Amino acid sequence: MRKLISAAALAAASLAIGGGAQAADKVKACWVYTGPVGDFGYSYQHDQGRLAAAKALGDKVDATTFLENVADSDSERAIEQLARTGCNIVFTTSFGFMDPTLKVAKKFPKVFFEHATGYKRAPNVSTYSAKFYEGRYVMGQIAGKMTKSNTIGYIVSFPIPEVISGINAFERGMQTTNPAAKIKIVWVNTWFDPGKEADAAKALLAQGADILTQHTDSAAPLQEAEKAGKFGFGQSSDMTKFAPKAQLTANTDSWGGYYTARIQAVIDGKWKSEDTWDGIGKGMVVLPPFANMPDDVKAMATKTTADIASGALHPFACPVLDQDGKDRCKPGAKTLEDGDILGMNWYVKGIDDKVPQ
Amino acid sequence: MNFDPQQIQDILVIVITAATPLLIAAIGEVVAERAGVLNLGLEGMMIVGAATGFAGAYLANSTLVGVLCGILAGCAMAAIFAFLTLGLATNQVAAGLAMTIFGRGVANLIGAGFVGLKRQAAPHLYIPGLSDLPLIGKLIFGQDYFVYFAVLLTAAASYWLTRTRSGLTLRAVGENHTSGHSLGVPVRAIRLMAVLFGGGCAGLAGSYLSLAYTPFWSPDMTAGRGWIALALVVFASWRPWRALGGALLFGGVAVLALAFQGLGVPIPAQLLNSLPYLTTIAVLVFLSVRDRRGAIAPASLGVAFIPDR
Repeated sequence: MRKLISAAALAAASLAIGGGAQAADKVKACWVYTGPVGDFGYSYQHDQGRLAAAKALGDKVDATTFLENVADSDSERAIEQLARTGCNIVFTTSFGFMDPTLKVAKKFPKVFFEHATGYKRAPNVSTYSAKFYEGRYVMGQIAGKMTKSNTIGYIVSFPIPEVISGINAFERGMQTTNPAAKIKIVWVNTWFDPGKEADAAKALLAQGADILTQHTDSAAPLQEAEKAGKFGFGQSSDMTKFAPKAQLTANTDSWGGYYTARIQAVIDGKWKSEDTWDGIGKGMVVLPPFANMPDDVKAMATKTTADIASGALHPFACPVLDQDGKDRCKPGAKTLEDGDILGMNWYVKGIDDKVPQ
Repeated sequence: MNFDPQQIQDILVIVITAATPLLIAAIGEVVAERAGVLNLGLEGMMIVGAATGFAGAYLANSTLVGVLCGILAGCAMAAIFAFLTLGLATNQVAAGLAMTIFGRGVANLIGAGFVGLKRQAAPHLYIPGLSDLPLIGKLIFGQDYFVYFAVLLTAAASYWLTRTRSGLTLRAVGENHTSGHSLGVPVRAIRLMAVLFGGGCAGLAGSYLSLAYTPFWSPDMTAGRGWIALALVVFASWRPWRALGGALLFGGVAVLALAFQGLGVPIPAQLLNSLPYLTTIAVLVFLSVRDRRGAIAPASLGVAFIPDR
């Protein structure tokens, strides 16, 4: 009996290794997602990017492998599993995967790794992220115009720089169209929990918010806004289906172009470790059609988007005052430095809360 | 911080809806554990109920059909669990954990075709006149039907367990299945009924999430509520009415933590978010200090019953 089992195990293992060796002809690209592909938000958009790259590169790539719902604590195992089973390039799509990615990259120097929303690199580790804050600035402007109660509800996950720069950009956009409006920030300590996000949305609506925006991944807050006859912004993907009457626009990520380019670089043998940080201009951040708003607000939003894309407008153009009134720009600079935005852990003037430590 | 009465009512309404799925799942588990079966698969049964409930409601365009589908799905999962633990006398802890992992996968499979779809939320009670009363109207007369059912379920479970003969028999089986067996009580049949009831409640609680709470399906949307319900059972000392109190306490503190953030109360957000769990621990400690004997679990809880051995 024992012999039978070990023979079967050997056969299975050889099949697996054999399968892996065959795939070495095509470039094998693999992805690790933090949430479910079905979240219709952040992980969903990464998967759409994967599908776009697969379509664009056709036979040259095997882009069918991905792992979803990978917790930060489990990510090292997951990434190592992908590296070990023949992946040539691995995209790790969450901030929390940063150190695990570097650890695995050290063990597999021939495999390329791309870490999203992080800041640590290595010879075989690149980083990439989208300038989410550009979309937030436009959303802030729209919110300032659309709010009647001057209270905006902002549902957020964790106090990491990406989230805080989003809040700040939103506030700055809002201040240009409505200096009297205020945002109320609620931290739910999770990227994805529809029930909790709905509770936060209901609590904010009860406290007088008439526009909701979020940096969490489910459509629950938008649904609550629609139920209450108010408005909101989608996150990561176009959530019009969930709230046709409530969604003004959304901050969607579009990764397809980047993924295609990076896999092509592996195919051509030209892959280098680098840092990519693109926004509306390069098509990494896309705002779905503005809806449920009067034409003049639509026109203003369209113009702002075009200005940000062309570089004429920067959400963090100097001066950038923090809550103590100090200008965080370097003397003589036109905009806040990229490094300061990437490491942002302070609020701009106009926000009354304190950043959670 | 201003105390607008309308705001307070709105917050209380949210608290009750947050507590309902926890309560329903906990009541089912109370009955199962009183019969001596420890069902750790609650989370898996809840999420299967959520997926099946949404799928059924969407396909039949009826919330009621969805609810029935959710309950049946929970029962089906419970039947598998019962076969393992009662039929084959498998270790209940291991089988329960396996059901949780299995349930997650099955739910994702069932729900795969329904991602990105939404439905109208389940209907709420509306009594003209009563539901429009200023402070208490929506709170008492305007909830969705799941809430009223949850309260009825608690009352029925409490009455049945403590004041009926069959309830007494179930409790006896949970305390000492050997004695029950020697008296001719059908131990495994009773436990089977209890487990099926527990699974059905878990399925109902899950379908509440996907039909009334946030009317869409999303993978992992239960987000650990099954585990909280399990903790609530211990917290409630295996008594239904205490489970109601526990669910309200947990749901209440969780919602208050969110509301406080919105109001700008200067307590760190991380501390506020951990308050529900801290409060539960604090109350548990208080209860066990007051009642020196400690929470009395059913004596045969988790012990496999093998007749004539």
